[in-house]
Amino acid sequence: MTEPVRTLPGADRALGDFATEVGPSDPVVVVGGRTQWAVGGDPDASAREVRAPAGVVQHEPAEMIVRVRAGTSVAELDAALAEGGQTIALDPPDAERATVGGVLAVGHSGPRRLGWGPVRDSLLEARYVSAGGQLIRAGGPVVKNVSGFDLCRLLVGSLGTLGLLAEVVLRVRPRPPAAVWLRGAPDDPDRLRRALLRPSSILWDGATTWVLLEGHAADVDAEIKALGREFAPVGAPPPLPNGGRWSVAPSALQEAVMGLEPGSFVAEFGVGIVHASTPALARPAHPATATLHRRIKANFDPSGRLNPGRIVA
Amino acid sequence: MSDRLVTELSAALAPDRVRSRPLELTLYRRDASLLEGQPGVVCFPCTTDEVQAAVTIARRHGRSVVPRGSGTGLAGGAVPVGADGAEPVVVVTTKMDAVLEIDEGARVAWVQPGVLNLDLSRDVAHLGLHFAPDPSSQQSCSVGGNVANNSGGPHCLAYGVTSAHVLAVEVVLPDGTLALLGGLDPEPPGYDLRGAFIGSEGTMGIAVRIAVRLSPDPPAVRTILVDFASIETAAATVTGIIAAGLVPAALEMMDSRITAAVEDYVHAGFPRDAAAVLLVEVDGLPAGVEAAAQVVADVAEANGARGVRVAADEAERALLWKGRKSAFGAIARIAPDYYLHDTVVPRTRLVEVLAQVYEIAERHQLLVVNVFHAGDGNLHPLLLFDRRERGVMDRVLAAGAEMIAACVAVGGVLSGEHGIGLEKREHMGLIFSDADLDAQRRLRLAFDPDQSCNPYKVLPSGSRCGDLQSVPAGAWI
Repeated sequence: MTEPVRTLPGADRALGDFATEVGPSDPVVVVGGRTQWAVGGDPDASAREVRAPAGVVQHEPAEMIVRVRAGTSVAELDAALAEGGQTIALDPPDAERATVGGVLAVGHSGPRRLGWGPVRDSLLEARYVSAGGQLIRAGGPVVKNVSGFDLCRLLVGSLGTLGLLAEVVLRVRPRPPAAVWLRGAPDDPDRLRRALLRPSSILWDGATTWVLLEGHAADVDAEIKALGREFAPVGAPPPLPNGGRWSVAPSALQEAVMGLEPGSFVAEFGVGIVHASTPALARPAHPATATLHRRIKANFDPSGRLNPGRIVA
Repeated sequence: MSDRLVTELSAALAPDRVRSRPLELTLYRRDASLLEGQPGVVCFPCTTDEVQAAVTIARRHGRSVVPRGSGTGLAGGAVPVGADGAEPVVVVTTKMDAVLEIDEGARVAWVQPGVLNLDLSRDVAHLGLHFAPDPSSQQSCSVGGNVANNSGGPHCLAYGVTSAHVLAVEVVLPDGTLALLGGLDPEPPGYDLRGAFIGSEGTMGIAVRIAVRLSPDPPAVRTILVDFASIETAAATVTGIIAAGLVPAALEMMDSRITAAVEDYVHAGFPRDAAAVLLVEVDGLPAGVEAAAQVVADVAEANGARGVRVAADEAERALLWKGRKSAFGAIARIAPDYYLHDTVVPRTRLVEVLAQVYEIAERHQLLVVNVFHAGDGNLHPLLLFDRRERGVMDRVLAAGAEMIAACVAVGGVLSGEHGIGLEKREHMGLIFSDADLDAQRRLRLAFDPDQSCNPYKVLPSGSRCGDLQSVPAGAWI
């Protein structure tokens, strides 16, 4: 079980070639699967397009980690992990096209975040190309690490404005033996969150609730029974409106969607994401945090050449 | 120390919460590491305003600020060393110990940094909730210290490190301004400053208010003690359990010498003659827990375990954990001093690294015991000695450095939960290139352009972005 499932040769050369392609000057924009291209706004048209290398480099089930190049599609990664009975907490809407690097750079977690945790917690090590064209390593290939400052957290959600991800090591998890989506219309969807131990997802559109239960088959069966007859298994969760992505404190969720037409949104209960048909309101940063953002960008990319035009907001 | 500095601090706080007499300063020369520094003045703020005032006054007088929680850190992160040889202002947050707000429904608590880790879990226990990160020092370490060092404990294996349990941190930045990093919503705008701050060891400011995620107590728990005739079979069992698709809530290993010492100290029924024991905890819903406990027993037996003991009730479970968490205390029965290392290796390399750890200790004529988070590959070799023995410190340091090198050689890292502090900063080059370290320094400088907050910590001297000198004389063992 400790043998690598799959090893591709020449890992370092692929990264070196990517660093060379990025180079030390002129504006560049890194392209993944373009599945979340609109996040952060359009990049400057003048910027040169680059793509990160692809391929699963090493998967060791007994270490619960995988080393993968940033240009790999999430579906390809998940298929490789499935061979070792594992999966990954990356859950993008279009896993066939979405790349690992793109999902991390955007930093949006999928609808299973309630049970699987946010995307940001999966990243253990990153090798990225800096604004100076150097290959930089952050973090390390182990599940617990406090050796130095946590640049990995900083890179997730940074839209490639601080460095371009080339290769990452991610924490993986066992593939749950049983997984069932259920649908019902309870009076209080929040009650479900408290009644269930670790539901993987609770979605609510103002009238209907969907619940994803995962785990040991007998436990999932017991929780289905506890939910009662009003919940019935369904094949899939509802489609998510993609006009806007609101981020609100979970305790303020119901208030945030008050007045919205049932069915016009899907809210992630216990998480606080609302998939809506209208854009989220702008949230201006506090002056002190805005200063920190500005200094970080200036220190990592003094000439502003990395993904120009993209705004991390 | 300048009288004016002390006078201004006393006016801003309260005279009895600003200490500058030599004897009082001596108490704050070190943390739980073997390193020592020298504070210029120690102050004990009670409020955010007072922290801001202390930082602002220190800055006006050109003094560095060294934040300090309970002082349980083991890497010298809270040892006071000031820039340019000027003794720093130590800001101790232990008096900021209020649980400010508990939102049971949202499973979030706002706490001040001085709240003790175990007190927080005790405070929310009646709600069926707890704070998952649980360092062995949880009775005495503070949540602010956990944030500073991203320090977790046995239950990080299943539930993630401290960073995964902190939603927001309100911070007094090194220039005295206040900033909220992160937020209660899942995707706060901008860069993940919360994530960048956690584990920054007091070099990016002082946390004054922390929003932590509380976890529901699992309905079913099984705690299992497994007894092995060799270290190798214990380590093989660790790998086997993970490879079987389980992620236990905790998976801890103790070697023979520490098991015997703990048993003599706590009388928890640990097998005194075992070569190694594993303490395995599985939790969750009942059926999955029963199945997981069976897998643990099966894997252990397949690897030749001598015995598998499942705690029959909560009292027995608590006793087994008391044994594990008393290990450091039990060491006093063997030797008066110990030097604790904290490295992480790939789990599958545990056996070969442990063999090297024993070999290194023997070659340096030192006793070593191992008690560690095996499921994470987070090793804690403890070198035991008596510092009154002539020349022993040189051997201890040499052996420690060799152990670190051995762990790094198999793809490990320098620290899993204690941090780098003063102790390991000069080892950072073992795992990071100059360019990697330069990137880390760029982050630090965004928060602290003057490097006035906890200088000389984490990053080694001589990285490019700054011009730090070597640690001043006196700030050493």
